[in-house]
Amino acid sequence: MPIDILMPALSPTMTEGKLAKWLKKAGDEIKSGDVIAEIETDKATMEVEAVDEGTLSEILVAEGTEGVPVNTVIARMGGEAMQAAPAPVAAPAPAPVAASPAPPPLPAAPMTHAPAAVEKDWGVTRTMTVREALREGMSREMRADADVFLMGEEVAQYQGAYKISQGMLDEFGPKRVIDTPITEHGFTGMAVGAAMNGLKPIVEFMTFNFAMQAIDQIINSAAKTLYMSGGQMGSPIVFRGPNGAAARVGAQHSQCYASWYAHCPGLKVVAPWSAADALGLMRAAIRDPNPVIVLENEILYGHSFEVPVDEDFILPIGKAKIERAGTDVTIAAFSIMVDVALKAADALAEKGISAEVINLRTVRPLDVETLVNSVKKTSRFVSVEEGWPFAGIGSELCTTVIEHAFDWLDAPPARVAGIDVPMPYAANLEKLALPQPQWVVDAVSKLF
Amino acid sequence: MAVSPDKSRKSARKPADAMDRDELLKAYETMLLIRRFEEKAGQLYGMGLIAGFCHLYIGQEAVVVGMQHCIGEGDEIITSYRDHGHMLAAGMDPKGVMAELTGRIGGYSKGKGGSMHMFSKEKGFFGGHGIVGAQVSLGTGLGFSNWYRGNDRVSLTYFGEGASNQGQVYESYNLAALMKLPVVYIIENNRYAMGTSVERASASRDLSLNAVPWGMPSLSVDGMDVLAVKQAGAEAVAYCRAGKGPFLLEMKTYRYRGHSMSDPAKYRTREEVQRMRAEHDCLDQAKTKLMTLGVTEAELKALDDRLKLSVQEAADFAQVSPEPDAAELYTDVLVEG
Repeated sequence: MPIDILMPALSPTMTEGKLAKWLKKAGDEIKSGDVIAEIETDKATMEVEAVDEGTLSEILVAEGTEGVPVNTVIARMGGEAMQAAPAPVAAPAPAPVAASPAPPPLPAAPMTHAPAAVEKDWGVTRTMTVREALREGMSREMRADADVFLMGEEVAQYQGAYKISQGMLDEFGPKRVIDTPITEHGFTGMAVGAAMNGLKPIVEFMTFNFAMQAIDQIINSAAKTLYMSGGQMGSPIVFRGPNGAAARVGAQHSQCYASWYAHCPGLKVVAPWSAADALGLMRAAIRDPNPVIVLENEILYGHSFEVPVDEDFILPIGKAKIERAGTDVTIAAFSIMVDVALKAADALAEKGISAEVINLRTVRPLDVETLVNSVKKTSRFVSVEEGWPFAGIGSELCTTVIEHAFDWLDAPPARVAGIDVPMPYAANLEKLALPQPQWVVDAVSKLF
Repeated sequence: MAVSPDKSRKSARKPADAMDRDELLKAYETMLLIRRFEEKAGQLYGMGLIAGFCHLYIGQEAVVVGMQHCIGEGDEIITSYRDHGHMLAAGMDPKGVMAELTGRIGGYSKGKGGSMHMFSKEKGFFGGHGIVGAQVSLGTGLGFSNWYRGNDRVSLTYFGEGASNQGQVYESYNLAALMKLPVVYIIENNRYAMGTSVERASASRDLSLNAVPWGMPSLSVDGMDVLAVKQAGAEAVAYCRAGKGPFLLEMKTYRYRGHSMSDPAKYRTREEVQRMRAEHDCLDQAKTKLMTLGVTEAELKALDDRLKLSVQEAADFAQVSPEPDAAELYTDVLVEG
């Protein structure tokens, strides 16, 4: 049974090539692995190895021929029946790669959630710091699920660089509260591997700045495995730690990563502001079967808020909270910028402008509905974030508002963001780099 | 006290005892299956049915097959993008692997992963990773999960000698040794990281000695000899199972084909490749040994015919299985609910 030797594709982009040289002639015996020809591709000259064994019976494309399409029969050989090259059974020709295939119709930013329910009333509250709330959130989940553990630098014996995990080593022991060496890339990969095998790690980054060492494992391994495995295995894991500017720690320790992580499908990103946010979202993040980034804020750690005493208190990921109702402008913020937005709302009230302040709580998936419904009511929108403006969360929020509520807007949406420079150390310069309530007041004032 | 790496590098038993006739025949069959599968994958690539990156395992079969004979149910396997051999050795269905290579719904990842990204929870195969060295930290995490659960399972973590220079590989050695995690690190030293020879990439001349600073025992192994692989692998796996910590194996092996399908392989001579094939081929070595054990040429030929048929069936399936439905574009991004 003769075997057709086809013009091979020798690179991901090759559609045709030059048959530069034949190294065998008709009548030659050929063994598997022998080089039979040289072919010039768009990238290089490649040697073609025989896969089958037999006698080369016929050369059909002469050497020197240019523009030979892939899959052209270039030669024939006689061989054993069992070694026949595959007849392409109903092989659909690979679809021609259009420069830009038409995407299937999809709303640009689909509504992610069912109609907003009024937030559940959790009843009696008590005062708690954000620090205590984060600890409480982790501890409650660790008591409930033996597969949950905490690891990171100084989380155990040192009791946490920022004392978030204080006391947890005593309660849970060294197997579940694990000090790691300063090796973010390695221990993050290790945690993702453990998650792929069904454990539920909480990885504390001393700050999110250091997670840049590990961002490959967060995005390429944790966020993409579910998709790449066709849904077979994912990563139920939490990455948490302080994000954004603290105070006077300079450029390498003061950066907001919200837009970095929010950019990536396969991740969820939450950014608690209050202690209730911290407790409720931490528990939700740990229970979520997907990788969740919890962006905390060092300055907020010591701030106190009212938190429901109910042992079952938890918040849903993907739901924003209207912290202050208003009628004239919607101000959306997350993490510590909610403070800035609320102060701005106070100042605006003195000027007779009623501002509605939305605490996003979750950055991805974004609660489009709460945002859009608010803007439809107020007709004006300002976003506030401490991260840089270019391709920031504000860009996404403003676009979302334009896409879903354009006809309701009375003025262009506006962004307030950190200044587009690395964070300076000098006290006066640092203050100038981060959004102040007055910036928000000014941005809002321009909309009227 | 950690085993001295220098001492542990000498083994008492002869490799010839590592497998009996039946086990060697089984190992030969799996190696030959991988060889025939990869030859077919190369053909399908040439026909444009497989696209993108496709890294063939031809030449290195003894490594993964010998190691597979050291482990059992519940042990984990993880490797790089040169992963077809590992999947077949783990018992994954050639049809599902080939259909993934052609990007069809019948593939292990429904066509959404491709050659470099395939998984099988059922077979303990954790990928299939496209970022050089990333699987080493992940494999350390698989070992961590065994340690955390207190079972006696072991993670086989494969990587090339090129990956062995990545920072996270050393971070992983440190973590595993510090925590005594059951991880067998297996360097498949095929001499070339894409086009860069190991001599041009590693100041370390003996990669098995990379274990020394961490007090991790190690062996340097003839990775072209499935018996030698089995013998060293059994020692390493037993060490990890006993809870003593990680173990490093350097498998000296060779890939016959280019780094990927589009590699003109100008960095080595054809004579070098032919010499390795002629003098060190794992199949030839196993065949010679099998014939001294009474297996006939005719039996091996019949085996080859059977495997070729099975690979052809896989190739046929990979061409008739439909492309994934357009709706699959949006599935498996997040676990819902």
